[in-house]
Amino acid sequence: MIRFAAFCLALLTPLASAAADPSAERARELVRMVRQDCGSCHGLTLKGGLGPPLLAESLREKPVESLRYTVLLGRHGTPMPPWSAFMNEAEADWIVRRLMEGFPEETR
Amino acid sequence: MKSLLSILAAVLLSACAAPALRGTGDLGLVIERASGSVAVVDNSARAILGRVEGLGDLSHASTVYSRDGRYAYVFGRDGGLTKVDLLERRIARRIIQAGNSIGGAISQDGRLVAAQNYQPGGVKVFDAETLELLADIPAAFGDGKQFSKVVGLADVPGNKFAYALFDAGEIWVADLSTPRAPKLTKFRNIGSQPYDGLVTPDGRHYIAGLFGEDGLALIDLWKPEQGARKILADYGKGAEKLPVFKMPHLRGWAVAGGRAYLPAIGKHEVLVVDTATWREVGRIPVKGQPVFVMARPDGRQIWVNFAFPDYSHVQVIDTLEQKVVQTLAPGKAVLHMEFTPRGESVWISARDDNRVVVFDTASFAKLAELPAQNPSGIFFTSRAARIGF
Repeated sequence: MIRFAAFCLALLTPLASAAADPSAERARELVRMVRQDCGSCHGLTLKGGLGPPLLAESLREKPVESLRYTVLLGRHGTPMPPWSAFMNEAEADWIVRRLMEGFPEETR
Repeated sequence: MKSLLSILAAVLLSACAAPALRGTGDLGLVIERASGSVAVVDNSARAILGRVEGLGDLSHASTVYSRDGRYAYVFGRDGGLTKVDLLERRIARRIIQAGNSIGGAISQDGRLVAAQNYQPGGVKVFDAETLELLADIPAAFGDGKQFSKVVGLADVPGNKFAYALFDAGEIWVADLSTPRAPKLTKFRNIGSQPYDGLVTPDGRHYIAGLFGEDGLALIDLWKPEQGARKILADYGKGAEKLPVFKMPHLRGWAVAGGRAYLPAIGKHEVLVVDTATWREVGRIPVKGQPVFVMARPDGRQIWVNFAFPDYSHVQVIDTLEQKVVQTLAPGKAVLHMEFTPRGESVWISARDDNRVVVFDTASFAKLAELPAQNPSGIFFTSRAARIGF
């Protein structure tokens, strides 16, 4: 069973990381969405609010996959909504990876 | 002779440079959330008079006013509490009072300013004059080692503050008639995850909206011994809840003509409640999930803005007809609306279009457009005289 799970993970992980990065324009939109719209609960600086902090140090221990699915599907029992109507899996993955290394500021 | 003339000219000039006397009744602030600044605005001239900078992280910032209308207390997300002088357009005082803060209130007598904090969870009360800390009230619950995020802080008569504990499902009323020795009344098991609260315009009822279940918790502050009761407990029955992309705000209440208009969380509806019985008397379908549901000061209209992704529109409900009579598109990402003191016009912030748009509330004509950097909250000094603002 564990081996099977590892196999699935092995299948999933390269897929996700091999996905193309969003275009520069889409990346700007995603950064703005995270800062402004996610920011209404997690704070503009992502230090947390009603939702938990999304700073690199607070996410370090968390697996990328679970964060990606939290973004896409939301988290039951908490106010975290699913964002899958507004981004695809590769974009959610891109956001999670940026969050884990310290999220970029908006550029004007 | 020449030198006498130049002295005379200098005297005249300096006399002209002296600031003209003026009141503050038509002044206000627009929060510019990304740049940590506030624009001081004049709602008679529909103009920006100037800016005050250096207020820190102003995401979700809000403001209350000293009762003389000269000073604004700006509560920043980063725990900053800044006292801004509207006339001199400068920071009069500034402290960092917490790690993560969500708003505040001013007491009935105007002497106390209270801040509600997420981190460390609780309420802190300051001297409005000096910002000296007078009382620290941690929101401890359960075994007493956990601290809840505090939401829905409102001033209520008797120099009290009412607020809700998001993580604990409690409402507390803190009596600060002796500021350094607050007396607490705790209402437990009021419902799951209260996300915001409001006090009715007469200061009698405190209502907390619930995220974790349908309905709202209501306390009659004139009869606190009756405890909290649940109202609108089944407004969501049988329907699947939509995901909520932004929590509604209850502050900025809409109570008009014996009815309260409340955002239905997770629905595209405004709930209408009879304030005599606190029973639902109607639902008004709207364009998106309501965030602010605000009554024009005369109560004839209710203005509603929406959560992402419907946040580029504003709708107006006519309270006689009980339906939407106007849909406006002021700009991208409408975050807040503020009525002029008697409601002939409304100021609306469009964050992503970097502007504040002023509308006539009778004709819906656009009266002005003012440039602002990512504007969010708009707060006029007329709040100084209103309970719950």
